[in-house]
Amino acid sequence: MYESLVEITGLEIFAAFVSAAMPVAFLVPFVIIAVYLERKVSAHMQDRLGPMRVGYHGLLQTIADFFKLIQKEDIVAEGIDKKFFNFAPFLVFAGSYAVYAALPFSSKYIGSETDLGIFYIIAISGLVVAGILMAGWTSNNKYSLYGAMRSAAQIISYEIPTALVILSIIMWTGTMSLATMSEMQTAYFWNWNILGGPEWGITKFVLIPFLLVAFIILYVSTLAEVNRTPFDMPEAESELVAGYHTEYSGMKFAMFFLAEYGNMFAVSAIVSVIFFGGYQSPFGYLGNTLGIEWLVPFEQVFWFAAKGIFFVFVQMWLRWTLPRVRVDQLMTICWKYLIPYSFVNLLVIGIITLL
Amino acid sequence: MKTAKEILEILQKKFPEIEFSLVEDEPSDQIIFTDALKIHEICEFLRDGEGLKFDTLMNLSGVDDANGEKQTNDDGSETIVGGTLSVYYNLDSIELNHKTTLQVSTSRESPKVESVNLIWRAADWHEREAYDMLGIKFLNHPDLRRILMPYDWEEGSYPLRKDYKDPEFYQGMKVPY
Amino acid sequence: MALKTEELVLNMGPQHPSTHGVLRLEVQLEGELVTKVTPHLGYLHRCFEKHAEAMTYPQVIPYTDRMDYLASMYNNFGYVIGVEKMLGIQVPERVEYIRIIMGELQRIASHMVALGTYGLDIGAFTPFLYLFRDREKILTLFEITCGARLLYNYMWVGGLSHDLHPDFERLTREFISYFRPNIDELNNLLTYNKIFVERTANIGVLPKETAINYGITGPNLRASGLKYDLRRNDPYSIYDRFDFEIPVGEGLVGTVGDCWDRFYVRVLEMEQSLKIVEQALNQLPEGDINEALPKRVKPPKGSIYQRVENPKGELGYFIISDGTVNPFRVKVRAPSFVNLAILNELSKGHLVADIIAILGSLDIVLGEIDR
Repeated sequence: MYESLVEITGLEIFAAFVSAAMPVAFLVPFVIIAVYLERKVSAHMQDRLGPMRVGYHGLLQTIADFFKLIQKEDIVAEGIDKKFFNFAPFLVFAGSYAVYAALPFSSKYIGSETDLGIFYIIAISGLVVAGILMAGWTSNNKYSLYGAMRSAAQIISYEIPTALVILSIIMWTGTMSLATMSEMQTAYFWNWNILGGPEWGITKFVLIPFLLVAFIILYVSTLAEVNRTPFDMPEAESELVAGYHTEYSGMKFAMFFLAEYGNMFAVSAIVSVIFFGGYQSPFGYLGNTLGIEWLVPFEQVFWFAAKGIFFVFVQMWLRWTLPRVRVDQLMTICWKYLIPYSFVNLLVIGIITLL
Repeated sequence: MKTAKEILEILQKKFPEIEFSLVEDEPSDQIIFTDALKIHEICEFLRDGEGLKFDTLMNLSGVDDANGEKQTNDDGSETIVGGTLSVYYNLDSIELNHKTTLQVSTSRESPKVESVNLIWRAADWHEREAYDMLGIKFLNHPDLRRILMPYDWEEGSYPLRKDYKDPEFYQGMKVPY
Repeated sequence: MALKTEELVLNMGPQHPSTHGVLRLEVQLEGELVTKVTPHLGYLHRCFEKHAEAMTYPQVIPYTDRMDYLASMYNNFGYVIGVEKMLGIQVPERVEYIRIIMGELQRIASHMVALGTYGLDIGAFTPFLYLFRDREKILTLFEITCGARLLYNYMWVGGLSHDLHPDFERLTREFISYFRPNIDELNNLLTYNKIFVERTANIGVLPKETAINYGITGPNLRASGLKYDLRRNDPYSIYDRFDFEIPVGEGLVGTVGDCWDRFYVRVLEMEQSLKIVEQALNQLPEGDINEALPKRVKPPKGSIYQRVENPKGELGYFIISDGTVNPFRVKVRAPSFVNLAILNELSKGHLVADIIAILGSLDIVLGEIDR
């Protein structure tokens, strides 16, 4: 997209701005919808109605909440390191937003067509840890500190199984670019990575169980990386009140919120790109059938969003069903189960690929 | 199952030097009255003694008997001088399924009772409450602080005494509102 | 060079989501390991015992409602049978039965809150709302009986404030058949959930001897494996007429007396309470509920210690009468007050998250602790 814009307008700065701003146009409405969805999903799972008053079935509730958050007084308590305290939410948001740069929304749009897409994502999401630690430390609050410490430990630990699984997939597909990876799983759903990829043969069927394991490991560890139940240690409300964002209010709190939901979608999108064909439609494109070429990219965006939102929905589903694990059990799950399994998986997938 | 009378006989045999008496004019429970400064020995025996085995302290209540001399102050309020404060122990034996009640009294001016905290840990908070509310000092209690009232509540001001008067101010805040 | 380390003191509460009210815990931590927990009480102190001395006997009943506000019926129950014993009143059969029905329904409602909020402490939000949905139904039953949903003032000395609503029996039976399957649902959703079991099994193990010495009562004591229930061991009212079992902790998934056992005993108790309510409804006699209402409540000089099996444990009223219409002294032996005292003993050596699990499993109500 960046290149084509440069060609059309000849203005590199303009092109950069436009292609950088595109995800915002997606992210903000997505967060508004996701928050609404979260409330409705939880409400219906819990046999109640959720927001019903603002708009039809509470549709405008999140927008009303958004305005409420903007109007709130920005409370900065005494004894807080103001500089870093104010900076932390932006860093967290920047970290989660930067991930969007490498997400292929469709074959026509990707923020940055880097070859190292997945590598970049793993690296840049480390920024979030820095932001969270900063928030926890400068808040000068013991709950915040505990939340931040837990969160940092958790995210760093869970990056290992994530990276290992991604590594095995990279080994197998031979590319680090998410765009290429999506491209490879073209056309119908039996070409998706979870079902052994586009190439037919014995390897496809041998690989399926290992890919399933890889998918589960990846999904569980991404759940932990975005701090969702059952791994929502850092903001475990029954222990740590609200974790690292206890002391935040108003818009800065909203930034954390935005980052959290942004992250939720980002990891879901990564999972869908790696295993479920990314923006590829499972049944072929309406645009191709009807001969309307320009429809295809929009369909792709639709499928990309739909898959992402489906995994976000699964995250919500888990959140409202499962209790929370304890912090040491969380580490046990990571170091004693996920990492060995993902090593074995890496080995097996590697051998199969070699053969 | 043992009645209060039987328990009293056992106790009198075991502790000949301590005075016991039975308070009998009650509608239901009979109460064994004894010495406040020997209560821990008696209780230890009641807990471990053969055929007694009172393994739990159900309840420990401090009571202001209000049996002293009432003096009217200038502002119309009353102060009680002399008389006693009492502590009631309701004991229960889960093993033998019987219960009994003990009572000790101590002087209002310097109320001192031996703690039974080491015999039944349940007594810990009950004794703190009795101290908090009535000012009964439990000797050998490891942690005798106020429990329901604020820790910095006025020294010597115990709300459940019958002649208690609200203080005017607490931490600069007006109390009666 | 050795690093100089310092213990961290964490103040939990009085405003904290899972201290179940306004309790302040001073937690001393070594990393995330707990070395000492000191509870600080009194934030909800409303001078119940002082108030009671200035009231007449019947006027005390509304105050008892406000102690354990999740089990108001049972608080009434304990107090009125204590005073009745002092007066020597025998209440009509029908009153006895209605009291037991109300008491057991209240026990179910109280356990629902205990189990639901415990799930909340562990991080499971949904069972909490399921249980509250069902608790609403019990509160509706109370509402059609006496008009109040939380603080009833329903049981009076010698009788009741209202007779049963004509629909009450039908609605209660409907509730019983509605709620029975929901217990299984709760078990599937929460009790046997792997994560939940991991969080609660072998946590905060309370041995039987320690429990007895600390005066722990109610489900917490039974979870330690001791079959001790005042409804059986020191029967009051007409509990000896019903057939029910006393569930005890068996250590199904861990050690006997751990948090999971304390949770599970409450689940089983709900079933037993349903059974008692059913039997009481079947045997419910007709009659005038206000037959034995005394004109004037003026017990003779003396004292009484009346204890009942409150949902949270042994609720005792030590009432001293000086022969006037006002009680001379009412001391309440609140089950939560005694049960909370064990917290430090149980929490030592566990993690911060476990304090929450242990505190929740003790099922305390601050209204009763601070009185």
